[in-house]
Amino acid sequence: MFSKILIANRGEIACRVIKSARRMGVRTVAVYSEADANARHVRLADEAVCIGPAAARQSYLVGATILDAARRTGAQAVHPGYGFLSENEHFAEACAAAGIVFIGPPAAAIRAMGSKSAAKAIMSAAGVPVTPGYHGDDQEPALLQQEADAIGYPVLIKAAAGGGGKGMRLVERSDDFAAALASCQREASASFASDKVLIEKYLSRSRHIEFQIFADTHGNCVYLFERDCSVQRRHQKVLEEAPAPGMTAVRRAAMGEAAVDAARAVGYVGAGTVEFITSDTFAHDGRFYFMEMNTRLQVEHPVTEMVTGQDLVEWQLRVASGEALPLRQDQLDIRGHALEARIYAENPENDFLPSTGHLVHLAPPLESLNVRVDTGVEEGDEITPFYDPMIAKLIVWDVDRDAALARMWQALADYRVVGVNTNIDFLARLVVCPAFANADLDTSLIERSRDFLFPAHGEPPKNVFFVAAVAGLLRDQAAAVVKGSRSGDPWSPWSSHDGWRLNIQARRTINYRSGDRLHEVVVAYEADGWRLTLGNESVMARGRFLDSGRFAGQLAVELDDRRLVASVIAVTEKNEHKRHVFLNGSNYVIVRDDPLHLVEAGGTHGGGLTAPMPGKVVALLAVVGQQVEKGAPLLILEAMKMEHTITAPKNGTVKAFCYAAGEQVADGAELVDFAAEK
Amino acid sequence: MPVLQTQLNARSADFKANHDAMRFVVSDLRATVARIALGGPEAARQKHLARGKLLPRERVNALVDPGSPFVELSQLAAYGMYGGKGGHPFEVPAASLITGIGRVNGVECMIVANDATVKGGTYYPLTVKKHLRAQEIAGENRLPCIYLVDSGGAFLPMQEDVFPDKEHFGRIFYNQAKLSAAGIPQIAAVMGSCTAGGAYVPAMSDESIIVKDQGTIFLGGPPLVKAATGEVVSAEDLGGADVHTRISGVADHYAENDAHALAIARRIVGNLNWRKRPPLALSEPRPPLYPAEELYGVIPTDTKKPFDVREIIARIVDGSDFDEFKARYGTTIVCGFARVWGYPIGIVANNGILFSESSLKAAHFIELCAQRGIPLLFLQNITGFMVGRKYENGGIARDGAKMVTAVACARVPKFTIVIGGSFGAGNYGMCGRAYSPRFLWMWPNARISVMGGEQAAAVLATVRRDGLEAAGKTWSAADEEAFRAPIREQYEAQGHPYYASARLWDDGVIDPADTRRLLGLGLSAAMNAEAEATKFGIFRM
Repeated sequence: MFSKILIANRGEIACRVIKSARRMGVRTVAVYSEADANARHVRLADEAVCIGPAAARQSYLVGATILDAARRTGAQAVHPGYGFLSENEHFAEACAAAGIVFIGPPAAAIRAMGSKSAAKAIMSAAGVPVTPGYHGDDQEPALLQQEADAIGYPVLIKAAAGGGGKGMRLVERSDDFAAALASCQREASASFASDKVLIEKYLSRSRHIEFQIFADTHGNCVYLFERDCSVQRRHQKVLEEAPAPGMTAVRRAAMGEAAVDAARAVGYVGAGTVEFITSDTFAHDGRFYFMEMNTRLQVEHPVTEMVTGQDLVEWQLRVASGEALPLRQDQLDIRGHALEARIYAENPENDFLPSTGHLVHLAPPLESLNVRVDTGVEEGDEITPFYDPMIAKLIVWDVDRDAALARMWQALADYRVVGVNTNIDFLARLVVCPAFANADLDTSLIERSRDFLFPAHGEPPKNVFFVAAVAGLLRDQAAAVVKGSRSGDPWSPWSSHDGWRLNIQARRTINYRSGDRLHEVVVAYEADGWRLTLGNESVMARGRFLDSGRFAGQLAVELDDRRLVASVIAVTEKNEHKRHVFLNGSNYVIVRDDPLHLVEAGGTHGGGLTAPMPGKVVALLAVVGQQVEKGAPLLILEAMKMEHTITAPKNGTVKAFCYAAGEQVADGAELVDFAAEK
Repeated sequence: MPVLQTQLNARSADFKANHDAMRFVVSDLRATVARIALGGPEAARQKHLARGKLLPRERVNALVDPGSPFVELSQLAAYGMYGGKGGHPFEVPAASLITGIGRVNGVECMIVANDATVKGGTYYPLTVKKHLRAQEIAGENRLPCIYLVDSGGAFLPMQEDVFPDKEHFGRIFYNQAKLSAAGIPQIAAVMGSCTAGGAYVPAMSDESIIVKDQGTIFLGGPPLVKAATGEVVSAEDLGGADVHTRISGVADHYAENDAHALAIARRIVGNLNWRKRPPLALSEPRPPLYPAEELYGVIPTDTKKPFDVREIIARIVDGSDFDEFKARYGTTIVCGFARVWGYPIGIVANNGILFSESSLKAAHFIELCAQRGIPLLFLQNITGFMVGRKYENGGIARDGAKMVTAVACARVPKFTIVIGGSFGAGNYGMCGRAYSPRFLWMWPNARISVMGGEQAAAVLATVRRDGLEAAGKTWSAADEEAFRAPIREQYEAQGHPYYASARLWDDGVIDPADTRRLLGLGLSAAMNAEAEATKFGIFRM
């Protein structure tokens, strides 16, 4: 076994690798970009080396710098994690040349599987069914259009060197093909340094089932069963589970053996994943097609760990150090049911646009044998625009699927994040949405279940405002006590906070806004608490912050005869006093009205188009002076490795662009000076 | 310190009778103040709210620190004084002005808020008196002043009692100038009309705020301008928020609405650089050993029955600890040191009629407190100085004068609570209104007059009988009673605490159970002013 390894990655996977390495007595070296100087993986590692500026292309993607760091620190091996250099054959070769073990497959295997076209050819030759498509080298747009028309719509355009949902476009009509192709090529060349694409038939209502395989240098190869990753949005996995619903022992063996064959066909070593696509008829015909092989440890590997009881990172280290696989196929077993949810900083309501910012408050559910949280961030950390905005992976295990779903719902309900928008509420709805609960899976599940997943926004329940008011009143009290104690008159009765009045009762109003609506909570100070009134509802309220136990730091509230535990996190951003109220497993955001900000809020700039997040302008799609119709694309902003098209809000004229292509813009920056028609 | 041991039996019939009687007058007080706190007529309030304005008490509540106390002054001002023959009790609730001390951004401030729902917030004679009293308290205790202006100016039908005299309307601005000169900040928020003389409230302030579409400041309103010069101009163009913050500079801050104006006022106080340095040795407060509610049961319903004032003290002071001074001498007055809410205080409390010895003891004790800078608390329940040949010949007037001199000259904060009777010269010796206590509060059972109604009737009847007898006439018992009854009634009516409070002879009628808290708040507010040295006048020896 190695005595020291370098982890050429960041975030949760770097932390994940460190955890296993530490348990095995292997020392770890982290690498970090300037943006990650205080990141969790750097804090956890035994030592760390800075490898350059924030941009991944200048840091985490620079193999030479990383190898140099490995040499300098005496690391014997490099774990690439996923993404970045994990499937870069040149890096694997460079490691070998430098005498450092690459914890992954041989370069040749990466190369063989790196081109999706080539991989399919190999699989076809091996008799594994593949989906119809065009995988040719001729990338002439007209030819590609012709091929797509021949395959029949809908088709997928994929970056040949791509993965992880990046550089992928779904085209429904022939008319849309050219624009989608151009966009895909642009993203492909930016992300993978190659604009080569392939075209595949898009299977409607398809399912995505993948097999975890492991091979060693002694000729052994096993499969550690499947993961169902059908629940996706924009071709990115959202929820993963094992076993796959509808899977039978016979089909599992057939697919598993096909996966092992695929690995053997390219001389595979280490952890790999063979992805299959099946149609919704899988449940009764069991038909599947080879899609691609990922020559790395997958994001969703914990699902497999939970149902097999194995530590796949440990397996990787053992295999890379020349040991044989720890177990034979007949020693492997699948037990219970596991689910993984990817907690992202994003806006599900706004087309899942990434969200950046400081994690002002971060309270994950308590970990146990059933609940696991893999994360690369802690409270106070920042989600930057430079990397994937994943906050954590939440993994649960239970005896069967229903129990695991219930446990996932509870864990999501306990997950509290403030500072960035998250998909937690969305995930909580997803796990209870009928299609998912009934295992009616396919990749369009989220689209199909839109009505359930994106319910019309009603008003938050009145208790949300009551709880927020109680938290506010308690904080006012604490502030008065602190302020009083620091004065020259520390015990002054003026610092008391029971709203005492001479011969009458004190009342005050606490104003909140939710959307455009104003909610006035009237507080009457009574001897044994506060009488809170909102509209036609009135409760006697009391509360205290809990300082110990399972709910430490949270707020215990009594509303009449009901007792609740809630969290209220106050955050002020852009002159708005937000109150994040976590109650009954939901997160409500309401705004406390501050009269002092009335004037400042008055001045809005008309007609401007602003950047929804920090990013880079990649293309200007109109010219100055051009008259455009509502919805016409004006420019493309690349942020968080995704392209976002800024469109005209109304019919009007483009008066000026505020940035040129290639310029970096800040969140909220005005991009276009746009004169809307009256 | 020695702890006072109660002799009271809270289960006795007497205690219960006393308790019931006090509870009755307290609940009447609460009901009366609740009605006053509503302000003007329903229609006027609705109209006020419909304009997007906050009611004056809502303004006060939004101005003070959340959950902090507010010591309202003179709630009963003008009670039953106006509104035709005999007066209507709620014709001008609170004299259309809310005044009191509240903590704003950590600083105790004097808040003066017009109630525009009451007669347009105009100044009746008692409104002026209440406003001036608030400024007096601000001056004595060095409390920054915040004026929430929403007033039509002087109540014109009563101009003779409002405008010309020394303690009339003009004194408000005189006080503003003098207070500002003394370094006591003057802040005004114009939240409604501010016409004629009223225009000087913001103009005389150190910093002022005006509310958009609501606040107007002008010396002469549009009707007067038209009459005087023929110029036709809107109130907004004449003296609205925009004009005064952009063009005239009469106001400094432009507020979107009431809430915004109050938030700005809070911010202004935050910029006062106000520091409080209490000139006292403070300690952590401890509650009394006995519940405050038991105060209800201490005072006998029959005013002739004596009670031990130490039972009151035991329910007001920290830990019921009381270090009595000269306990064995002049026992009809109780003097001693204690703490209220952690502040040291010297207590002078009546425990019977005043004799020469008790006067000398009180004068001595007041000297001690003045020398040591310890605030004084007077618990008044006094029928007067002892009369009769023996006492006059013994020079009780001379000893009474010593006590009055000591009280008048002592420059420590003085607090007076009338817990029972306040009659005759005893009122002077026990720091009545004329002796400028920082605060003077009455319990709802208290009575105040030059002498008791019975005594007055007897004195007057004696004089009359002497006259009749000198003229050789006789006076039947029935006739005498017919003569005495209206005198007793008059004294009873005029001695009632509501009658007194309506005329601002005090700063308010209070629930006995609130006594300790009010003293604590008053003491803390008084700590904004620095200690002063006392120089006594000549004590007649």
